[in-house]
Amino acid sequence: MSQPSEHPTYNYLVVKQFSVMTVIWGIVGMAVGVLIAAQLVWPALNFETPWLTFSRLRPLHTNAVIFAFGGSALFATSFYVVQRTCQVRLISDFWASFVFWGWQLVILLAAISLPLGYTTSKEYAELEWPIDILITIVWLAYAYVFFGTIAKRKTSHIYVANWFFAAFILTVAVLHVVNSAQVPVYWGKSYSAYAGATDAMIQWWYGHNAVGFFLTAGFLGIMYYFVPKQAERPVYSYRLSIVHFWALIAVYIWAGPHHLHYTALPDWAQSLGMVMSLILLAPSWGGMINGMMTLSGAWHKLRTDPILRFLVVSLSFYGMSTFEGPMMSIKTVNALSHYTDWTIGHVHSGALGWVAMISIGAVYHLLPIMFGKKQMYSVSLINAHFWLSTIGTVLYIASMWVNGILQGLMWRAYNTDGTLTYSFVQSVEASGPGYIVRLIGGGMFLLGMLLMAYNMWQTARTSETESGVNNLETAEAA
Amino acid sequence: MDINDLRGLGTVFAMIAFISVCLWAYSSKRKSGFDEAANLPFADDEEDINQL
Repeated sequence: MSQPSEHPTYNYLVVKQFSVMTVIWGIVGMAVGVLIAAQLVWPALNFETPWLTFSRLRPLHTNAVIFAFGGSALFATSFYVVQRTCQVRLISDFWASFVFWGWQLVILLAAISLPLGYTTSKEYAELEWPIDILITIVWLAYAYVFFGTIAKRKTSHIYVANWFFAAFILTVAVLHVVNSAQVPVYWGKSYSAYAGATDAMIQWWYGHNAVGFFLTAGFLGIMYYFVPKQAERPVYSYRLSIVHFWALIAVYIWAGPHHLHYTALPDWAQSLGMVMSLILLAPSWGGMINGMMTLSGAWHKLRTDPILRFLVVSLSFYGMSTFEGPMMSIKTVNALSHYTDWTIGHVHSGALGWVAMISIGAVYHLLPIMFGKKQMYSVSLINAHFWLSTIGTVLYIASMWVNGILQGLMWRAYNTDGTLTYSFVQSVEASGPGYIVRLIGGGMFLLGMLLMAYNMWQTARTSETESGVNNLETAEAA
Repeated sequence: MDINDLRGLGTVFAMIAFISVCLWAYSSKRKSGFDEAANLPFADDEEDINQL
């Protein structure tokens, strides 16, 4: 079955493997998300079983969607883009396939250890130290394959998408190693090497730059290749893309302290984080506009091409969440929004609207190429997927806005004698309807992923006969 | 000289760096090179057509 996609020059096998796993891990990660969303509506859904409790499944959900789904999408696209724009095969097939199997092993170990309760308790870095070491080894192999391929490129320029992928690979390596510095007690337990406010600051330096470099720079790499490719025209301004790159990576690294407003972190550090987050609006929107304007003169393609629609709508969500983020980092706004569902809504406007939708668009672009077909089995199913994703995301973020502002206002309301007007549990009760709407939105998004899996399966299944037909036609033409 | 001078210098340095990047990127000397680079996603398409 892999025969028609065997490429004489490029290594498409690893791209194909990661593309398929993007869809599969997307379904797994989002299904866990839908389950825990349902648990917030019906708490009995944890069945009184420790490994099905919200506290253990929530990190499983975040790790699965960020590192398994998002990670696979990044590996697939970066390996594809670096080969196509450098016009050479990956430097090593062995290490490429090591990255694939190594990453699957990391995901498997996460899926086992997190529900069992093994955790460092650091958000988005919950995995215990033996897995952290494995991640480091796989990541070094990834860096070798990516940078090695760039080093032996046949083109004189390094295309801008590769700059973003490079920044993502380098920074994530540094973030992971520094934040995962731990003192092991035994193989399943460790303590952070840092203490107190320092530990908190390092954690959120890591946490926010996981957003900035894993979930932003990496996916901007996808944007800079797949939007021009799908729109069939070069990026709107290559010069703007250079300013975008340097401004974004220079500013993002400072924004972490906005996660620690009104905590024991020194006041100046909080203010620095807030100011840098506000400045971040400029490069973020510069990049978004650059992607959007690539379509100028080709807007009509949106009417017929649902893949392009995925890519462009993801940019709209990117613009929305990169406006919302700086706004929420303002201390007075944060005083209302922090610890409420508004944060969850903001994260998902980025995660579903931007990260997932641009990945889905890129994978729909890749799958037919990987399976040796002209296009996906069903374009109308892609269209259905697009609408499920868009409406699902809007329902999700709108319900979380309502819940977040509701909770924030209830928590800060007090009576004339200084006592709180509402108890915490009253705010939980008031959040009920929002949780139901969020469950519906998340369910729709998951349903779209199931359509994608079916579409992928059908595309893969018919690839042999289809390419047979193509060969026949070519033979007749000759 | 106290810590605030250092902070001021940091801001000035960041501004100079930003302006330099802009000047570098928008210099007319580099226009043709960037146009070429912008077309890299399409540069290997011909080979693809041969594939079919």
